[in-house]
Amino acid sequence: MGPRTGSFRSVYLDTASSEPLHPAARDAFLAALEQGYADPRRLHGPARNARLILDNAREVVAEALGVRRDEVSFTSSGTDAVHRGLLGLAPPGAEVAHAAVEHSAVLHALAWRPDLHTRSVRVDRHGRVDPTDVGVPDVVALQSANHEVGTVQPVADVAVTSDRPLFMDACASMGRLPLPDGWSAAAGSAHKWGGPAGVGVLLVRKGVRWRSPFPQDDRVDERVSGFENVPAILSAAAALQAVVAERDEVSARQHALVDRIRARVAQVPDTEVVGDPDRRLPHLVTFSFLYVDGEAIVDALNRRGFEVASGSACTASTLEPSHVLAAMGVLTHGNVRVSLTRDATEADVDAFCAALPEVVAAIRRDAGLPTGEAL
Amino acid sequence: MTADLELDCRGWLCPLPVIELAKRIGEVEVGQVVAVASTDAAAAYDVPAWCRMRGQEYVGTEPADDGVPRYLVKRVS
Repeated sequence: MGPRTGSFRSVYLDTASSEPLHPAARDAFLAALEQGYADPRRLHGPARNARLILDNAREVVAEALGVRRDEVSFTSSGTDAVHRGLLGLAPPGAEVAHAAVEHSAVLHALAWRPDLHTRSVRVDRHGRVDPTDVGVPDVVALQSANHEVGTVQPVADVAVTSDRPLFMDACASMGRLPLPDGWSAAAGSAHKWGGPAGVGVLLVRKGVRWRSPFPQDDRVDERVSGFENVPAILSAAAALQAVVAERDEVSARQHALVDRIRARVAQVPDTEVVGDPDRRLPHLVTFSFLYVDGEAIVDALNRRGFEVASGSACTASTLEPSHVLAAMGVLTHGNVRVSLTRDATEADVDAFCAALPEVVAAIRRDAGLPTGEAL
Repeated sequence: MTADLELDCRGWLCPLPVIELAKRIGEVEVGQVVAVASTDAAAAYDVPAWCRMRGQEYVGTEPADDGVPRYLVKRVS
């Protein structure tokens, strides 16, 4: 997948936004489309098939994640799983402490409940919470790993020091890292591990006091609502099973490739590589270039066949910079987030690392800055 | 605080205020202060980050007469 001569071939570096469908997910999806159309609540043959597929998917997910079958619910998205998981733990008027770098789905869910008293917990320069800063609120919201910078949070330590119900947004890490101990409810998102969009996973630990924050429904699973998307759920489960089976090999390879990117990017003048260099997601790295417009660098890389994301304000509709980068106290403009596919190669990474300094230098030159030279 | 150089970056989007600061800090002597007046939300994070990365001193923020924040930077090298 080297540089782009002849037939143009791009390198997808935005799996943290959405991972391409895993081959195992595609096969399961197609099979279940034929067999899983009926209402799993009914008693006839096609319904029993659908119910069987649904139960099988739940079993597969439980085994892949190391949890009980009755702790697994399927939602209509990762966001839906976050909303249900977090709000279901928080009784009226509860004090909820959350990391300053939580996903916006967590922040929006809390803002939606004006009865809650929310407290943002600061993070260090790597984006990590210090467990002693969490205190003893009624409920804790802490992500397993950060979706923008990859830093892994000390969930198990926070659970011990706070000793309170803990909601864990695991959307960025589910399938890629084992679940830590200490959570009471957790959320995942299938399209981030190579399953289809439109499937989230809600986990609620047995014995935890959790109540649905939304209207009840009369479906298979009382924690969620709406008609089950049986084919997509089976597809998500198949992808998760495959990803977990491949995890040791894929993670080690991705971790080394990210180390390679981090080292090469750090050589570009006036650049900040952010997030924890070691205790991080295997596939993700984020960096910011001084004097560079985030939208300009995303566009320039896209023209060269590298598809990346950015947390800079100039790429957002709000004109507000990423609250994650702001909370970490790192540069918010000129930001690039790279996240690798499971089959990313050293050649892909080297081609990207070769293009990047040229793109940065060109943008700085256009801004009237001397090329490659520190100002 | 009176600055030795006032940069009016009102209405400019990131990263233009920081580019202006970088281009013009050489106009003051070491020990003197530059003020960057900016309406851009990112400047609140990016001016301090620029100071840390470029070895200059971030003094803090003070509003201008119209309420727009002025980010104060002391040239130390």
